[in-house]
Formats: sequence, structure tokens, C-alpha cells
Amino acid sequence: MKPIVPKKHEPVRIGYYICHCGTNIAAMVDVEAVAKYVATLPNVAVSRHYKYMCSDPGQELIQQDIREHRLNRIVVEACSPLLHEHTFRKATEAAGLNPFYCQMVNTREHNSWVHTDRAEATRKAMALAHAAIERVPHHKSLEVKKVPINPDVLIVGGGIAGIHAALTLANAGKMVYLVEREPTIGGHMAKFDKTYPTLDCAMCVLSPKMAAVGSHPNIHLWTYSEVAKVDGYVGNFQVTVRRKPRYIVEDLCTGCQECVAACVFKEPKFPDEFNLGLGKRKPVFLPFAQAIPPIVMIDPEVCLNFKRGKNPDGTHTVSDKCKKTCVQACGDRKAIDFKQTEETKNITVGTIVMATGFKIFDARRTPFFGYGIYPNVYNALEVERLINASGPTEGEIVLRNGQRPKKVAIVHCVGSRDENTNRWCSRVCCLYSLKLAHLIKEHTDAEVYNFYIDMRTPGKGMEEFYNRVAEEGMHLIRGKVADVYPDPNDGATGRVVVQAEDTLTNKILKIPVDMVVLSVGLEPHPEADNLRRLFNLSCSSEGWFLERHVKLAPVSTFTDGIFLAGCCQGPKDIPDSVAQAGAAAAEAMALIDKGHIEQEPNTAYILADECSGCKSCIPLCPYSAISFDESRQKAIINEALCKGCGTCVAACPSGSIVQNLFEDDEIFSEIEGLLAPVPA
Amino acid sequence: MTEPSKTPTTSWTPRIVAFFCNWCTYTAADLAGVSRMKHASNVRIIRLMCSGRVDPQFVLDALAKGADGVLIGGCHPNDCHYAEGNYKCLRRYELLQRMLADMGIESDRLRLEWISAAEGEKVKRVINEMVETVTRLGPLGIPQKFDAWDREMEDFAERIAAREAAAGGHAGHGTEPQTMEPAHV
Repeated sequence: MKPIVPKKHEPVRIGYYICHCGTNIAAMVDVEAVAKYVATLPNVAVSRHYKYMCSDPGQELIQQDIREHRLNRIVVEACSPLLHEHTFRKATEAAGLNPFYCQMVNTREHNSWVHTDRAEATRKAMALAHAAIERVPHHKSLEVKKVPINPDVLIVGGGIAGIHAALTLANAGKMVYLVEREPTIGGHMAKFDKTYPTLDCAMCVLSPKMAAVGSHPNIHLWTYSEVAKVDGYVGNFQVTVRRKPRYIVEDLCTGCQECVAACVFKEPKFPDEFNLGLGKRKPVFLPFAQAIPPIVMIDPEVCLNFKRGKNPDGTHTVSDKCKKTCVQACGDRKAIDFKQTEETKNITVGTIVMATGFKIFDARRTPFFGYGIYPNVYNALEVERLINASGPTEGEIVLRNGQRPKKVAIVHCVGSRDENTNRWCSRVCCLYSLKLAHLIKEHTDAEVYNFYIDMRTPGKGMEEFYNRVAEEGMHLIRGKVADVYPDPNDGATGRVVVQAEDTLTNKILKIPVDMVVLSVGLEPHPEADNLRRLFNLSCSSEGWFLERHVKLAPVSTFTDGIFLAGCCQGPKDIPDSVAQAGAAAAEAMALIDKGHIEQEPNTAYILADECSGCKSCIPLCPYSAISFDESRQKAIINEALCKGCGTCVAACPSGSIVQNLFEDDEIFSEIEGLLAPVPA
Repeated sequence: MTEPSKTPTTSWTPRIVAFFCNWCTYTAADLAGVSRMKHASNVRIIRLMCSGRVDPQFVLDALAKGADGVLIGGCHPNDCHYAEGNYKCLRRYELLQRMLADMGIESDRLRLEWISAAEGEKVKRVINEMVETVTRLGPLGIPQKFDAWDREMEDFAERIAAREAAAGGHAGHGTEPQTMEPAHV
């Protein structure tokens, strides 16, 4: 059915509806008075108030009125158009009217929720309504433009969230580009030992998924790579990826590690990043045993075959000073290439999933815990590596002097819930502290002291986990640790005293321990701000990527076609990260499988008869959508390139550019309505 | 010409029109709403896709129709959804401020702010500050000024007509006496 378009001579007949939104609006705005007032305004044929306009009966009310009262304009005064404009446009369309004859008035977010004087709020609601009533007669019938969507997906970040999203999409037959900045995928989860609440080993569940990513025919896995540039928009993003040189030809390396054994450095000598510097590696190394892709890389900073230090452009120069025993060991495979340079890949994708993860809080920012000062103060991730059987100590929890700790303090909320550092709860540290307490006890039979502010264990199976671990017999002390200092009665073992107030007994405790574990919180990734700019996203004030709606669009962003998964959106545990990754994949799939993108018809066009050919608009367009027709001496806007910002419209000295949905007449009449007198 | 009263009566409160960009500031105002951040009710928001869409005429028109101040909100520099619309807005804002100064309109009546989608708190602060500033400045009353100017023109026309009548016939060019058009319709 073709939508009804009112004829030019047809009188404007407006249907006006103000929503109570339960009491969200009606409690602060006298909706009845507003509806009565609007009924007196010109062109208004119907003026009503209703409990829930977005409900089925509410929408039905509009549709019935359109049919019965031959309405040709609809104004709904309710919540933000960013929330329900779509709903009411659909409702308008369902009754046969072109959906762009509908206008929303935001009287909840911008009025009833933020004001306290009912009379004032009611007057404001009237003024806002009047603006829309003045505006809608200028509305025109518009058509949604459909553009095809590229079915390929880019996933940024190869932690558990990125991996899960990649596999979900790839299994559905979509082509996925997974870009990871580290040399291997796996993210933080690959570093963990066991996972709460089930205490199954992290790598046991993760490594099959990592391997599946590595071998999946639909996944292009680009590790040690970063996104350098993003252009375009939903359905058609042009992305440039930098693939940093690892001095190994990926396709030729078999992961045999003979080069590692053959390296002129007989012993590993350099801090091993994967083990957070607790272990050592050689200049040529596999990031960790189960790395995906299972190929080695060379660190040019320490490899003897490179000159010391970086060039100003960040590259390294080959010195050719080494015997290159690694090359000999590699032999005919010829996988080592010291001359490898950065490679740039250009891809086009339709949708993007951001799964760039988090960073752990740097405990040096809270020096009273002694991290970085006393050798026996560790952060929780380091302890995960110590407990892990594939870690630097092969699962032995030993101090830096090789001794087993007999007493261990675990300090919760390090850097979290604190005005001076991060105000938010990291959501995971209570539970992972309990897990570490259990594992430390199991491995060493040490006395474990947990210092917590509040014990927060929500979620399926989590409170049960807490009870189970608590029953194992450990000290749970409700108190914030104030100080960690060397034990004055200690010789040279490096024992420290943890001082805290037990807030349940009001006693100051000074407990000497051999090891302190700092349960550090989660922070936005240090690159998040750059990524935000690159991908045109928003961040919350804390620096997490901002979702479109906290409840109803938790994985969408304000940039269409870009979705969020995992901790880049906020702290969360593994189950939640995986759930969110699945949701992001499903949202991307919903777009892809539809086959096309519907674009808001808010593009601009030029009234050729009025264009004076001054060319003022041409350099203003950030998308180069405006060109100049020399023969006719007129500017022309390419509708396919126009994104509808309206910058050229505001600049045109002859007023010959029109932006659909935001025409000059529409805005001027809106101003007029806003400022018209309203009854006292 | 009669000056509109500069001392606000107790019942007077300013009316401020705001132009907010869809992506940052409008969303921030929504966030202020969702977070129930109470603020002054004098600001009425018009949504545009980009602060680059703010035609200086919108600002002048709002003032001419009775607004006491205009607030423009856009994305922070480098964060514009359309790459650089906010810079275009800034350029126009600077020029417009000079024009307003020439017209004797206080610069505080026009304010441009960069407010990101996460800064609901800033929406609240800026609106409250602006309402406070404009309240202190008092009513702008341009529509009343237009009325006064129109009356002045009418008086002027009448005086000329009266003088001509007194002089007994047509003075000057011998054209028919014309009715003066009001300066503002």
C-alpha cells in the first residue's frame, strides 16, 4: 500500500497526543491542561492525553484517529525521539500516512524528569507542543533510502568477547576480520588460572575457542595489528589496518620453535610480557604455549640482529651482527624475515564489533599498598600467573625468594570505589579474590586474610561460591587496608605488615604476612580515547564506551553499525562478556541479514533555480558531497554521499539549500511556537 | 522610544531557546533527564542533527521573537559526528557575537558549549548558569522594541503628514503622501 500523501490544497489536520508515561510525565505536567490548550491551536483536529502512548492501544489510538478524523499530521509529546520516534513513525505509517508527517516532542527527558515546579513544567510542555504544532504543517512526504550492506564484519580485539563474537558470526557464514593488537588472541582470560564460580580452568574452556578462531575458514585473523583509519558508515565502512612486523612470515612458520631453541641467547633473558615480567623469554619467542596463531615473533628491541633503539619513524634497522642461528634452524622453511616491514591492509565491512577490553588498575597509583616498593606485594593478575601451571613458576606459589608464603593477605577494591582513583566497583574483584583465596589455600595451605569493603557476590551461583569458599576457613575482615609496611620484627624475608581497621569489631589490626595480593580494579583501556575518535564513538565520563541505551540498546552505540562487547563497555565478568558478545554478533547479523540499511532521509538538496553559484557550500562539506556544475553554474549535492549534517544549509547565502526533516521553515516555525505566549 | 523595563518584575523569568546537536548535546540532555538532574525550566530545546546546522538567522529569529538568550550545544572539538560541523558553528558564533555587540545585545545572551553525550551534569550546569546570567541581564524584549519602533515610525509619518497639511499641499517632490510600512511585521 502506498502511503497517503496529503494534497497541497488539503487542509492540515493535526492529531496531538500527550503521554502520561504512567506518572513519569503526568506527575510533573498537567497533561489534561496541555491537551486542552493544544486543542485551541490552529490546525489541531484532535488533542488527547493517554496513559501509555507507546503501548499497542496507544498506537492504535493514533491509527484510528488518522482514519476517522482524516489526520495528516501527528504530534506525540512523550519521551525522547531517540527512544520512540521509530515507534510512532511506524504507527503513523501503519495507518497509511507517510511516517515523516509525525513529530515527537520530548517532554519526559527534557521536562518532567528534570523540573520540580509543576506549573512551570506544564507551561514548558505547552510551549514545546506549540512548537511542534507550528512545525508539522511544513513537513513533507519523504522516503527512506535503502542502501545495500556489506556482509563482512570487523571485530576489534581478540579477548574472550571478540573471540565469541567472531565465532558466532563466522559460524553463521559471515566473513569476519578479527584484529588484535597483541601477537596472540586470548586477552586477559588466557592469563587466568581458574574461573569462578565453577573453578574450571580458564584455558581449558578458552583454548578450543582460540583454536577454532585460528582455523576457521570464515575468519581472517590479524594479530599484532591495529586499526589505523575508519571511514564510511554503517553498511560500508572502509577500514585501514596496520600489520606490525613480527619478522616472521606467518604463512611459513609452523610454530616448531626450533629457532627459539637455536637462538644465540642460550637462556631466556628478557621479561616475558605474557607473564607480566615474572618469567623470562628470548628475543625470538612464542607469546605463550597455546598462542593463536601458534607462530613465533622476534623482538627487535633485544634481538642482536637489529641495531639498538628505534628509528624516529618507529621502525628498526637490521644490523646483521648476529650469527643468525635461528635462520639456520628454520632452514628451508625460510620463515624468518629480518627485512619485514609494516603492512597496510584496506578492507570494507558493513558492521563493526568493538571488543577492546580493559586495563587493570596500576597499583602504583595507591602507594600505601606498597606495590612496586615491596617485592612481596603482587597484583592479582601476577598471582594468576603464579598459580597457573603454565606460568613462570609452573603453578608453584612462591615468593620472589623462592619460599612458599605461610600467610597471605588479599586486599579487595584496590583502586576501585575510591574518590581518589576510580569511583566504580570493578564487579569482579570480590569474586576473583575469593577464588584466589581458595587457590592459594589449596596450593600452599597458607593462612589467607581477605580485607573487603563490602562483599558483593551477585549473579548465578556466586553467593553459593562465596559460602563455599568462606566455609573453607579463611579470615574475612571487613575493613579497608590503610597501610602496608615492612615488618619491623623481620630479618630479611621481606615480610610486611598489613594494617586495617576491622569495622565489625572496631579494632585496628596489624597482621604480618609473607605475601600481599592486591585485587586491582578494571579501568578503560588506555587506547580507548583514541579508539573512540577513530570509530566516532562516545565514552562515559569514566572512559568506557557508551552504549546507545543502558537498558534497551546495551550493545549498540550512537554510531549505527558499531556494536560493543565485553569490558570496553564497562567492567564485567566472563559470562557477561560472552553474553554481550553474542548479543553484539546477533545485532550485527540482524543488520547484515536484512540486506540493506534504511537511512534517515535527512539529506540536503539544492533548489537549482535559486542557487547563485557562489560555491560557498562546496568547501564546507566534510564528505565532498557537493560538486559544481560548470555548464549551469549551479552547485549539486550527491544524495548518496550526503550524511545530513546541514552545515551547508546554514551557510547558503541565498537560502537555496534545503535539508529534509530540518528545513528552514520547520525550524523557524518551531522557534515561533516555542516563544508564543502560553496561558499562565 | 520607550525602553522596555530593565528591572525584571518578580514574575518575569527568561526564556531561552537552545539548539542542540543530535549526537552529543541532545543526548546529554536526555542523559540529564534519565539521571533526574534537576535544573531550571527556562530552556527550550530544538534538536538539529549538527551544531553546524545552526543558521545565525535561527539565533536572530529567536531573539526577535522574544527569546532572552540562545544556547547552542555541540560535540567537543574533534568529536563531531560529521567531522567538523562544530568548527563551522564556532566560526559563525564568533561572527555572530560581533554582530550582536553592534546591535547592543550583551554577549552573554548567546552561549556556545561543547557537551558530549556523557556530560548530563554539564547540561544541568550550563543551563543553570545561563538562566542565572540572563536573569541578571533582564528581559531583552526585542518584540517590544519592534513595537516601539513601529509606533515611532507611525508617529513620524503622522507628523510629516500634519506638517504637509499645515503647509497647504504637497511639499517637496510632488508625490502622493505614502503610508509608512511598519519596520517589523
